[in-house]
Amino acid sequence: MTPLFELREVEKTFEIRRKGKKLGLRALDGVRLTITQGASIALVGESGSGKSTLLRVLLGLTPPTEGVALYQGRPIAQVRAENREFARNVAMVYQDARGSLNPRMTVEALITEPLRHFGICTAAQAPARVRALLARVGLAPEVAGRFPSEMSGGQVRRVAIARALASEPTVLVADEAVSGLDVSSQAQLLNLLRRLQAEMGLTLIFITHDLGVASYLCAEIAIMYLGRIVETGPTRAVLDAPAHPYARALRKAAPEFFAPLAEPLTGEIPSPIDLPPGCRFSGRCAYAQADCRLTDPALLRLNDHRAAACLHPLTQSFANV
Amino acid sequence: MNDILLDVRDLTLDRGEKRILDRVSLTLAKGETLALVGESGAGKSTIAIALMGLLGRSATTSGTARFDDQPDLLSLSERGWAALRGRKLAMVFQDAGAALNPSFTVGRQLASVLRRQLGLSKFEARSRAVALMESVGINDAEGRMTAYPHQLSGGMQQRVMVAIALACNPDLLFADEPTSALDVTIQAQIIRLILEQTRARGASCIFVLHDLALASQSCDRIVVLYAGQVMEAGPTEVVLRDPRHPYTRLLQSCVIEIGTEDLTPPEGSVPPYDQMPAGCRFSTRCPRADARCAAERPPLQPVAGRDLACWHPEDAA
Ligand SMILES: Nc1ncnc2c1ncn2[C@@H]1O[C@H](COP(=O)(O)OP(=O)(O)OP(=O)(O)O)[C@@H](O)[C@H]1O
Ligand SMILES: Nc1ncnc2c1ncn2[C@@H]1O[C@H](COP(=O)(O)OP(=O)(O)O)[C@@H](O)[C@H]1O
Ligand code: SF4
Ligand code: SF4
Ligand SMILES: [Mg+2]
Ligand SMILES: [Mg+2]
Repeated sequence: MTPLFELREVEKTFEIRRKGKKLGLRALDGVRLTITQGASIALVGESGSGKSTLLRVLLGLTPPTEGVALYQGRPIAQVRAENREFARNVAMVYQDARGSLNPRMTVEALITEPLRHFGICTAAQAPARVRALLARVGLAPEVAGRFPSEMSGGQVRRVAIARALASEPTVLVADEAVSGLDVSSQAQLLNLLRRLQAEMGLTLIFITHDLGVASYLCAEIAIMYLGRIVETGPTRAVLDAPAHPYARALRKAAPEFFAPLAEPLTGEIPSPIDLPPGCRFSGRCAYAQADCRLTDPALLRLNDHRAAACLHPLTQSFANV
Repeated sequence: MNDILLDVRDLTLDRGEKRILDRVSLTLAKGETLALVGESGAGKSTIAIALMGLLGRSATTSGTARFDDQPDLLSLSERGWAALRGRKLAMVFQDAGAALNPSFTVGRQLASVLRRQLGLSKFEARSRAVALMESVGINDAEGRMTAYPHQLSGGMQQRVMVAIALACNPDLLFADEPTSALDVTIQAQIIRLILEQTRARGASCIFVLHDLALASQSCDRIVVLYAGQVMEAGPTEVVLRDPRHPYTRLLQSCVIEIGTEDLTPPEGSVPPYDQMPAGCRFSTRCPRADARCAAERPPLQPVAGRDLACWHPEDAA
């Protein structure tokens, strides 16, 4: 079966200026990723590791500088340019939900816009459609007449999701859609996304840096470090026994009730304009060996489900997966 | 009660018609770390800002806040504050990027605090600044002195903020969600750093946190706030292992850990401040609420090793 999305050796280099000199900043470097229809995948990694850039590549908004990015076997940028179907199928919920909604439009107008743009229904049907979408995300019909400024953060995120669902997408892409919310609104929203996935078979691509959220919502996880996916696999298996030393450090740093505070990772994340030779994690890795400073490991299969970009994966813990 | 550093009694704060804080009481011993938790808008930052003397004119307060040898922070003059703020009390803000001045190098910002607060010479301030940057784990501190904030990562900026806050060896440090903008590996580094540095100075620390698990790992005591009222307060172990307040239970039921299978979050949210019930503010959402709860405020009183404000506390877990 052709996967929904496939990224092969994707590289994205931004040209930046530092002290008058032109430099290349490799925001994505050797990214390999396959997403099948109906999957739910969490993208995790430090800020600046390339998560948002990767989303933009998947959405066809940023063309890769090298490598191929395919949607149903065809280049994403080409599919996107050819027809509106792609934009209709692949919907996005932005990191800053409030900022992504026009403050001068009511909720009704905000949700009607994509209905009209994609010709989903007639103008006469729109009001009923809007209310059905609001119900779907757990908002009362009265909300239709309000402006975003009259709603709480959790409600605004729900409106953004309702708006994204208006085009009847098959793929929902969300950038930090629940971070910064109260625990109760966060939990409500996560349950909503879970329900939508189950009921509509949505493919879900979800950026978060909360590993609990990743494990609650997504069957698969992709962990990024400095522009590369360094580990992928089933979320629970990866978090129970990470194979990549960075994935392990991330797992250990996650807060845990009454456990001693995690030993922090040593060293600093290198600058993406000045990557170290060999493995990009070698300067901070507790397992680094001499070859790690010479060879840059690609993301390679460990078994049928898992892959890691490490010359010396933590196979000991890996054996009992 | 000999080593009490901070003793806040019935702190009430109004902004116009809105009662943002409603008789908040809390105490903190010397060397202790305290977590303020509660959902957005509960008043956590407002408490910190009030105790740092940074409230604007639009807010009016009542109650008292004894701090060290100061009988009441809430009635200090601006001159009185100038002698305390940044010296005995300091603060680390959530968003270091916004708190640092983008047009000055971090070295200059740190040195200027040292010169102003400690009266050091330019030369002394510079070498102290380098030493401070090193103590908060900044590699190549000498070279980083000339960096502008935007040239540093979020984690590095937060380290600089910690260095600035600690510059004058304060007795009390407020850390308002110091790591919410950072990811977990860096979060662990910064929390450890703050704990180590305050411990080494015998200082106390009040953290504002969203994450209960992180609070359990880093703080001796915890205060659970809801809509400007203290619901439950006590040793973190006692409160989080066996919460007796319905709101603390609600918060816990929403915690997502790795491996959580099902969440059953309650619907509803905090009512607007101008529509608060006269009694327990949680009564509009509380499964145990009755008529008395909405009308009459339960006092904060000792129950099973912690302080609790509830007419119908939960049984032991
Ligand atoms: N300068 C201000 N003017 C008017 N109202 C304010 C001001 N600052 C805060 N408030 C209000 O006071 C209440 C408490 O706010 P506060 O910032 O203390 O909450 P918090 O617990 O820190 O929340 P968060 O977790 O979102 O940071 C909120 O209702 C807020 O809208
Ligand atoms: N338009 C751009 N121009 C230059 N650099 C960029 C641009 N967008 C992102 N970057 C850089 O690319 C890297 C990855 O950024 P991003 O994808 O936003 O990471 P994340 O979403 O994981 O925080 C960062 O170093 C960032 O500064
Ligand atoms: S390749 Fe070497 S340095 Fe890189 S993560 Fe693996 S063990 Fe560590
Ligand atoms: S006082 Fe009443 S409303 Fe408030 S928490 Fe206790 S039972 Fe619930
Ligand atoms: Mg991003
Ligand atoms: Mg706050």
